[in-house]
Order: sequence, then C-alpha cells, then structure tokens
Amino acid sequence: MKQAYAWGAIAAIVLSSTTGDVLLSRAMKQVGDVGALWRQSGLWTVVARILRNPNFLLGVLAMTTAFYSLLFGLSWGDVSLIAPASASLTFVTNAVAAKIFLHERVDRRRWMAALLVAGGVVLLAA
Amino acid sequence: MTFRKYLVLAGVTLCASIGDSLLSRGMKQLGSISLHHPSDLILAVLNPSVAVGILLLLGFFASYMTALSWADLTYVLPATSLGYVLLTLIAKFYLQEAVTTSRWIGVLLISAGVGFVTRGPALTRQSDALPDDVKYETASAGNRP
Repeated sequence: MKQAYAWGAIAAIVLSSTTGDVLLSRAMKQVGDVGALWRQSGLWTVVARILRNPNFLLGVLAMTTAFYSLLFGLSWGDVSLIAPASASLTFVTNAVAAKIFLHERVDRRRWMAALLVAGGVVLLAA
Repeated sequence: MTFRKYLVLAGVTLCASIGDSLLSRGMKQLGSISLHHPSDLILAVLNPSVAVGILLLLGFFASYMTALSWADLTYVLPATSLGYVLLTLIAKFYLQEAVTTSRWIGVLLISAGVGFVTRGPALTRQSDALPDDVKYETASAGNRP
C-alpha cells in the first residue's frame, strides 16, 4: 500500500512540475528576450512584466505543488525511488508537453537527449 | 547562440547544483528540526551554508527564467542537466566518495544527451512549428508572382 502512495506522489510531482515548466516557459516567451528588454527599458520593467504575467503566477503555483508533493512523497517512500523516478520521468513528460502545448519542434535529436538524460538520472541514483 | 547565452546556461547549471549541495550541508549541520519548534526553520537561514544556498537558488531561478525567454524548454532542460554530472564529480574528487560503474555510465548518458541537444537550434522558429503541408502552402504562397 505504501508503494502505491509513493507512486501516487511520483505521479503528482511529475504532473505538477511539467505543468509548471510549460507555464513558466510560455510566460517567458510572452515576456520576450529578457536581456534585450533589460537594455531597452531597465530591470524594473522586466520584473514588473514577469510578475504581472498570469502564466508565470500559475507556473510558480504548480512548482510549489510539485515541491510539496515531493515532501509528502518522501514521507511515504524511499528518497532513492521518489527523487530519481520523478526527475527522470519529468524529462520525458516535458518533451511531450512542450510538443503539444508549446508547439516546440521536438525532433529526433531532442527526443534522444531527453531519453539519454532520463536514463542517466536513473543510473546516477542506482 | 552567443557566448553570453552559454554563460546563462552555465549559471542555471552551477547555481542549481552548488545551491542544492550547500542547502544540504547546512541543514545537516543544523540537525533534525522538530515540528514543535517551527522557529528553528526560520533561524536556519542564519547558517552561512543555508544563506548562500538560498542566494544561489534565487540565482538559479533568475537564470532559468532568462534562458526560457530565448530558448525552448526541450533545449534548456537537457542542456542544463550537466549539474548531475558536476555533483558526481564533486562527490568523487572533493568529497572522496566511491562512485560505482553504473553511476559513471549515467554520467556518460547525460553528457551524451547534453551533446545531442546543444548541437541543434535553441529555439523553434514559428515556421518550424507548422506541419509540413502548411509550411509548403506558406512557402509556395510567398513565391507566387
């Protein structure tokens, strides 16, 4: 039963952190190139534009949910399962979500990169 | 990709891995914190390792947001995963921990993944994201006299 809770927590971490990454990425594309904007209008304009973006605020909320899911997960399961399983799966789900929701061009090169890094993360924790 | 953009990616990688290590070291120095004394958690920021760790994680978030403003998510995430490799090297050469063969294979896989993604373009142009038939239509419409 504890194992089921642990995998439930892993699913919650993966889902919320993928949602957070996609929302933050969308927010920053809407804000535009931070370096160029900073040179043009100053740091406070950049900060204000980021903080006023609804996708940014929702993204931070999703990332907070991911963090608390991790804390709950760690109280139910082993850190050696929860941390690498969620980190590794997030690389793969992010590639799928970026293709669907952000319309990024995830070609063979990017799929290979996501899968290699996901596999590497699992081996590092083994 | 300019040199400055590579510096931002290096900032994401270094701040995340060093920040996490410092937080971990600081919290171990403090010992376990009881839920009956939540004020201990607030006082934890007075520990130098925890304080510098938090500053580095703020630096991580700022550089991560900056990178996402000009690069794809599927570029930034694998490109900055070198932090895992860095942590393994710190464990081996600085903390003198034993690193198993399977972990070295993990380091190789991650390095290969980083190599793969950084050789490609960092950002999807709008025309790249369109399906091929739409792209063809747009291209031929543009060529019409």
